[in-house]
Amino acid sequence: MPEPLVFHFDVDGNDFTSAGTASVTVKKNLRQLGLPSEVIKKLSIAMYEGEINMVIHADGGTADVIVGESYIDIILADHGPGIPNVELAMQEGYSTATAQIHSLGFGAGMGLPNMKRYSDEMTIDTRLNEGTTVKMRIYL
Amino acid sequence: MTVSELTQNGLTALTLPDGDRSIEGVYMGDLLSWVMGNASTDNAWITIMSNLNVVAVAVLTDVSCVILAEGVELPADVKAQAEAKGVNILTSELPSYETAVKLYELLR
Ligand SMILES: Nc1ncnc2c1ncn2[C@@H]1O[C@H](COP(=O)(O)OP(=O)(O)O)[C@@H](O)[C@H]1O
Ligand SMILES: [Mg+2]
Repeated sequence: MPEPLVFHFDVDGNDFTSAGTASVTVKKNLRQLGLPSEVIKKLSIAMYEGEINMVIHADGGTADVIVGESYIDIILADHGPGIPNVELAMQEGYSTATAQIHSLGFGAGMGLPNMKRYSDEMTIDTRLNEGTTVKMRIYL
Repeated sequence: MTVSELTQNGLTALTLPDGDRSIEGVYMGDLLSWVMGNASTDNAWITIMSNLNVVAVAVLTDVSCVILAEGVELPADVKAQAEAKGVNILTSELPSYETAVKLYELLR
């Protein structure tokens, strides 16, 4: 089996304006690979929501995209505060974002629900004061 | 209708790197996660948001253009980023609703 293709990004927690760089770059790379545009759209939106969450809620982290034969995995890992109640966080509209974040158009509480919707499988591994790892898989 | 054609009907182009994109329907909204959850490929996206994240969301959702309603101004860095990423941005002096009505007339 050929080696899977891996894209790795460090997501800067201080720079809100450049947030999205990783997802937009991944989108471009996957287009060059000739993947179906609907798959690319789902994947890049799911990844962007996760990227934004790491910037807003966890002071940055890392993003890895692993392109396999039959699926693509996205792994978003941070050392932020963790999510105290995942079930609550998954609810549409639930958000702890500040007014400043709202003024930028984020914090609608739809990020995790969008990630769930646009991926085929999603797991959240989170520990208080240690961090959060979100894994998403999208089948080709 | 293409994005270029729209600019001949009362909307002003602020960036037009990909004017041949065709417009199929309209999505209106300012909450970026809602836009990402609901905007369809080739929609024209009407919003009053004009920060850098709007460019990323436009790229990720495959909308054919962003229309800034209410005469909202486009910061220079956002304009440059939109040019670099191939995102068409138009401006309308009208409020969002009237802009949508106008698009409805033009697209039907
Ligand atoms: N990586 C993360 N680290 C810590 N908390 C998070 C993280 N991602 C999400 N959360 C928490 O889950 C909530 C819901 O997330 P989300 O659905 O993306 O909505 P929003 O980002 O708009 O607040 C956030 O408000 C935040 O409290
Ligand atoms: Mg979010």
